[in-house]
Amino acid sequence: MNTSNVKKLIPLLVLATSCAATAAENEISDSDRIAQYREMISDGNPADFDEMRGEELWKTVAGPKQATLEKCDLGKGAGVVKGVYTELPRYFKDTGKVQDLESRLLTCMTTLQGIPEEEITAKPFASDKKASDISSLATYVVGQSKGIKMAVSTKHPQAKEAYEIGKRIFNYRAGPYDFACSTCHATSNVRIRMQDLPNLNVRKDAQTAYASWPAYRVSQGLTRSFQWRLNDCFRQQRFPEPKFASEATVALTMFLAVSANGGEYAGPGLKR
Amino acid sequence: MNAKLIIGLAVSAALASISLSAQAGNTAGGLDAKTAEIVKRDFRDKGIAKATRVNQDELQAMCSKYVDKLPAKIKTRLEAEQTDAIKWPADGKYMGDWKAGEKLAQSGRGMTWSDKAEEPAGGNCYNCHQLSSKEIAFGTIGPSLLNFGKIRGNTEANQRYTYSRIYNAKAVNACANMPRFGHMGILSEAQIKDLVALLLDPESPVNK
Repeated sequence: MNTSNVKKLIPLLVLATSCAATAAENEISDSDRIAQYREMISDGNPADFDEMRGEELWKTVAGPKQATLEKCDLGKGAGVVKGVYTELPRYFKDTGKVQDLESRLLTCMTTLQGIPEEEITAKPFASDKKASDISSLATYVVGQSKGIKMAVSTKHPQAKEAYEIGKRIFNYRAGPYDFACSTCHATSNVRIRMQDLPNLNVRKDAQTAYASWPAYRVSQGLTRSFQWRLNDCFRQQRFPEPKFASEATVALTMFLAVSANGGEYAGPGLKR
Repeated sequence: MNAKLIIGLAVSAALASISLSAQAGNTAGGLDAKTAEIVKRDFRDKGIAKATRVNQDELQAMCSKYVDKLPAKIKTRLEAEQTDAIKWPADGKYMGDWKAGEKLAQSGRGMTWSDKAEEPAGGNCYNCHQLSSKEIAFGTIGPSLLNFGKIRGNTEANQRYTYSRIYNAKAVNACANMPRFGHMGILSEAQIKDLVALLLDPESPVNK
């Protein structure tokens, strides 16, 4: 992101702050507030700050090996970020695994920069109003796929298997409430309280939902990654916590990404 | 039969089982087993949500396997088992206080890793159902229960039926979306009675 974009974001931040204050005074509905907010920042999104932070991190030397991530191969060759998100998750020969964006970034940070894996996975998500490095890096990378159609392949046998396992995890009912992802996301036109729910078995819903993550959450003042999104779904499902970048989360992401194939990627998004 | 032949048979049987299990990886059953293995490995304790929560009971496993469309035989058996396990109130009374019930129905808290063990769970009712006509922020995953008592009547048989639906919705429909509030120990007997009253008491805002 260049300096003219940075300048553009300064008045945007002022507007965003005053918008939040006005909304609270008028007690307008959540959806109205979001619509108003979206219009105000149609020229940008607070996630842009996270994107800039991620780009900076990508190009800055770090870790015991004092290296940047510019040699990181996200699927289209070392250093290529343009369009990579629309083909993730995918099978990677060097690790012998199917990886999503965040698990692949984890591989690059550990191998290229020598950062211990535990150091990254201990706090993989933004918390206490502060972004995490891996999450900002993800925001930067997805931003380079804006406007490109999702085209995740299941040609490789392991990619196909990840999709099949992901589908099963989507329907896996457990815990004290017997919930699966499908309990809330396999019926059209339903909501929890006032929150509309996408039917992720319907292509159009899946495309819109998937294309809007990672996203800036207005209520939290943070940009949230896709791994975070899954983590919070499992929390509400009354499940235990999925391990960051685990095979289970990557498989589920594979299922959801393939369901969104053909849709134009539109993130980073903006949410309540 | 000589010893060599026995060993030969044992070896070929072992080989056959190895090739069978390799094939199983690609079949639906093999993928189900692999999924269960991955889920058991990839989830961990957080707060009150322990890793063992991913272990399924038979009903959860069957509803997952058949994606909520059970073969009739399995469905009938599971529903009978769930019905048999209902613990009815010892005092034979089903109705509590609808005001306490309304408070409970409003609360969506409970059992997540960000909830505290000492805080009682809410009923989560408005998350999925319309109940009181005064509450417009209701979900639509479940059917509307507005005027539930007015329509069905506040008879003892209906009180008992309503108690059982909240205690264990799977006794009537094995793969229902609704949690088994009594069966899984989410709500106490007294709390379920308060919800029965919310649904059936003529004074409750559900029926006004």
